Formats: sequence, structure tokens, C-alpha cells
Amino acid sequence: MLAGSFASIPLTLFGLILVTFLIGRVMPIDPVIAIAGDHAPPDVIAAVRDKLGLDKPLLVQFWIYLVNLVHGDLGRSVMTTHPVTADIVQFFPATLELATTAIIIAIVVGVPLGVFAAARQGSRFDHVVRVVSLAGQSVPVFVLGLLCLLVFYVKLGIAPGTGQLDVAYEGMVPRVTGMLVVDSLIAGDWDSFWDALAHLAQPALVLAYFSMAYITRMTRAFMIESLSGEYIITARAKGLSASRVLWRHAFGNIAVRLVTVLALAYAGLLEGAVITETVFSWPGLGLYLTVSLLNADMNAVLGATLVVGLIYLILNLLADVLYRLLDPRVA
Amino acid sequence: MSGVLSREWLLSETPASRAQAAWVRRYRGWLQLRANGLAMVGLVTVAIMILASLAAPLLAWQDPSAQDLAGRLAPPSLAHWFGTDELGRDIYARILYGGRVTLGMVVAVVLLVAPVGLAVGSIAGYLGGLADRALMRVTDVFLAFPRLVLALAFVAALKPGITSAVIAIALTAWPPYARLARADTLTVRSSDYIAAVRLTGAGSGRIILRHIMPLCLSSVIVRVTLDMSGIILTAAALGFLGMGAQPPMPEWGTMIASSRAFILDQWWVPTIPGVAIFVASLAFNLLGDGMRDVLDPRQR
Repeated sequence: MLAGSFASIPLTLFGLILVTFLIGRVMPIDPVIAIAGDHAPPDVIAAVRDKLGLDKPLLVQFWIYLVNLVHGDLGRSVMTTHPVTADIVQFFPATLELATTAIIIAIVVGVPLGVFAAARQGSRFDHVVRVVSLAGQSVPVFVLGLLCLLVFYVKLGIAPGTGQLDVAYEGMVPRVTGMLVVDSLIAGDWDSFWDALAHLAQPALVLAYFSMAYITRMTRAFMIESLSGEYIITARAKGLSASRVLWRHAFGNIAVRLVTVLALAYAGLLEGAVITETVFSWPGLGLYLTVSLLNADMNAVLGATLVVGLIYLILNLLADVLYRLLDPRVA
Repeated sequence: MSGVLSREWLLSETPASRAQAAWVRRYRGWLQLRANGLAMVGLVTVAIMILASLAAPLLAWQDPSAQDLAGRLAPPSLAHWFGTDELGRDIYARILYGGRVTLGMVVAVVLLVAPVGLAVGSIAGYLGGLADRALMRVTDVFLAFPRLVLALAFVAALKPGITSAVIAIALTAWPPYARLARADTLTVRSSDYIAAVRLTGAGSGRIILRHIMPLCLSSVIVRVTLDMSGIILTAAALGFLGMGAQPPMPEWGTMIASSRAFILDQWWVPTIPGVAIFVASLAFNLLGDGMRDVLDPRQR
């Protein structure tokens, strides 16, 4: 079974690459003019066209795209003038930092909420949790982000503004991982650390709420099913304490399924990150993607899309593998 | 004997006809839904939203695109219930007309997605073998992208605008429907009544269309209702990022994007469309949540 899910990766990956390639070919922006400029003489245009291989058949072009991809070459970004691969390496750690912080908050808050809501199914607490989590699934991340900035930064002045670090601290910490909170710890620079952490708090909380809603609802649903099992009645009949029945027996049985949900939630954060980063000017992959979009920088857009798709694929696969490895019933 | 569609007729334990049995089932579902307070809140809100956008020209006494630069960024007042935006346009009117845009996009996406997903899923599930593998592989490829990111790439490749946004959201939204329909098909394809239909000489096309698809419908309907909020949020996000509806069209996400700079001093200008998006998507979530309990208790 495990081999089966691995066997499907190359095919899905191939499809992923094919889709991004085709999107790149149907775009209305002429890549030649984007590189050579509007008023380039005809011979320059011809030279660029030849260099890009655009006069070759589509299949040949796809082959060239694949070969370049294997060499880690996603083309050059018109906007930053750097290779797209280098840009992605530059921007990705910030997204990783944001998404990881958000998922940790979401798990720490969301799982207990789901468990307690299920334990008191139908109570007032359960209803409040239901409304809070449904609201989390309904609120547009960009509105929540803007309102947070308005209230905590502008009106109350207790949170820093946008970005990853205050201008005063910029360039003080040597780049090791690209995640500023980690880097400033490595450098032992506490001022930068607290500032980086303060900047991280708002976008991470906004993103975490979005993700927590999903985690809470799934935890609650799993727990309700688990609590109706006969082994729970047995555990209660044995005279075990309520909290031991809840956590050890009921929660213990859903932990494996929950791991899958958490991996999927982490993948879902990539989507929320695109918008959150735009609102908070967080210099991650999502901001890179949207800024490139607005500048019609197609190499960058497609490169970032492909990388995000790849990460998404890996996380989904990880969820699958963890499920199979941890659950003794799936052999 | 009580009349057709009376309460006793609808709650009969011994339906006399096939039609009555169907009505009894529907009425019981409705009673169950009505008992769920939150779902009813959702249903009423959705109904009000649909009516309000249909009657937008009657409810708004101002033209949503009439500019009044002298009275721009005015706070809410009797003349302008929600104030005016950066070009002096009435926000109340723009929210109402914006509802038309949003609901129109949602309907268009659902009309594109549900039949395609249903067809792909039930064909793959019923035929099995190579067709199943090929169709599901394509589905997996589209599932492998986060929805908003793929939609953004599609819109960028087409041309920012409302039609591209609908196509892009539809292209990224159909795979879960295919998965769902396939799973439902697999549970019924080897049942006796399908075998019986096959014995009467019905072809694959007829079996799928007349006997399998209707059975997949209830889980698809639940999924559609729960998906509405996702579609509304994606459409608004595309608008916010400048890739969806283009100004001056009164679309909620676009309205937030164009008034974002005024959040410091005139906070209501971008906040009101934000609240509209939230209310719309919450209403569909509440309704969908209740409908799932009624139509499909297994599904989560």
C-alpha cells in the first residue's frame, strides 16, 4: 500500500509541471517583449525569440522546460533580475517561519477546544466553540489582517506594523536560516529577537485562527465518534477518572487520524500565507508571488506556483505516509 | 384521510405512493433542519441576501457608480447609510450591487463545477479500470495545488477580470466533487438494483445518468453549500489582489483593495465590504453545517 502512494508521485508531479508549463504558454503577455522591451528592433526580437526557443514545437519547448527544471533553472525574474530559484531560496524561509508558528498556535489552541467541545457535546461551551470555529472558516484573512493592524498597531499602539523586522534592526543579524527569530537567537541578539517575535505575532495569529477553525472542527468530529465507542463504556465501567477516559482512551484513539488532519492543515496554511503576507508585507513566498503577479513577471509566478504545489504535494504525501505508519489497522 | 401535503400526509409512516414517500423524507429533513437554530439563521441570511441582491435597484436609491468628489469619504448618515467611498460613491448601493456580483460568481462556479465533478466521478467510479485511473490521476494533479495559488496563476495567464476569475475558481474547485461522486458510485455500483437495471439491457451511459448520478446528488448538494463560503472567499481574495473583478465594478474584495489606504482615518470604508464578505460566507457555512447533519450524517 505504501508503495502505491509513492508510485503515484512521479505522475502527479509530471502533471503539476505540465499544468504550470501550459499556463505559461497561454498567457497573453509576450515573453519576448517582456525581455527585449516594447521598442526593440526586429533583429533583437528575433534573437530573443530564438534564445527562448519559442519558435520550436510545443513538445520541444516542454522538453527544454523539463531539462532546465532538472538543473534547478526556473528562468530569470524580470522584476528582481535574479534567477527565480535564488529568489525562492531567499523568500521561502520567512514563509516557513510564519506557517510553522501559526500551525503550532493552531494546534495548541484548536485540539483542546475540539476535545472539550466533544466531551460536552450540546452544551453552551460546545455551541460557542462551533460558532467561533465557523467564524474562523468564514472570515476573509485579508480583512482580519487589516483590522488587526488598525486596532493593535494604529489605535492601541501595542503591536509593530508590517514587515518582518523594524528598520532600525535591519541587517544586524547575519543570515543563517533566513528565519529571523531563529537567526537572532543564533547571533544572541536579544533586541532583534524580541522585535522579530513582535512582528511575527500578528500575522501568525491571523493565520492561526484560520487554521485553528479547521483543526477544532475535525478534532470535535473525531472525538464524538470515538467517545461513542464501546471501549469508552468499558473504561468508564472500570471506574477510571473522567479525564483519563477522555485523554488516554478517547483521544488516544484519534491521535493517528488527527496527525493526518494536521499535515493537511499545514498544507492549507500555504494558501492563507499568500494573502496574510500581502497584508502584512511579510517577505515570504506569498508576497513574492503576488508582487510578481502584479508586475506580470511570469517566470517568477510560475516558479513560485510550482514550488508551492510541490510543497503541498509533499505535505499531502507525508499525511498519507504518517497515517499508514502510525495506524496498525492499515497494513 | 387527510389531503395531499397536509401535516399527517407528510409524516405518514405508511406512504401510499412513491411521491408521498419522497415528500415524507423531505419534510422530515426540513423539520430536522428547522430544529437547528444556527442553520436557520444561516438559511434566513442567505435568503435575505439573495432577495436583496435581486432587488438592488429598488433598495438602493443611489446609482452605485455615481461619483460625488465633494462628498467623498463621508461617514454613515441618513443619506448614505454606510457612508461614501474614495470617489464619493454610496457604499450602501455598492454593497447591494456587489452582492449581485458575488452571488453571480458563486452560481456560475457551481453550475460549471458540480456537473463536471459529478460526471467525472461517476464515470470513473462506474467504469473502473483504465478510465478510472486516468480520470483520478487528472483529479489528483488539480488537487495537488493550493486552490488560491492555482487560481492566481490561471487568472494571470488569462486576463484579470470576472470571467477569468470564475473559470479559474471552477478549474480549481471541481476535483473534490469528482472524488466525492466516485466514492458514492463505488458503494452503489455492485448493488442488486444496478445489476437489475443492467439486466434489462441499459447501457453504461443510461445507468450512470439515470441511476448513479441521482444517488450521488445529496452528498454533492451538501458539499456545494459548504463550498459556497470557500468560493466567496476565493473570489473576494482574487478581487483584493487585483486579479478578480476590476474597478469600477462594485465587487466586495475589489472595494476593500481600492479603499485599503483609507483604513487609518475612514476605517468604515474598507471594513463594511469586509463585513459583507464575512456575513455571506458565515451564512453559507451555518446552513451547510446544518444540512450536512440532515442529509449526510456520515460525512464530515
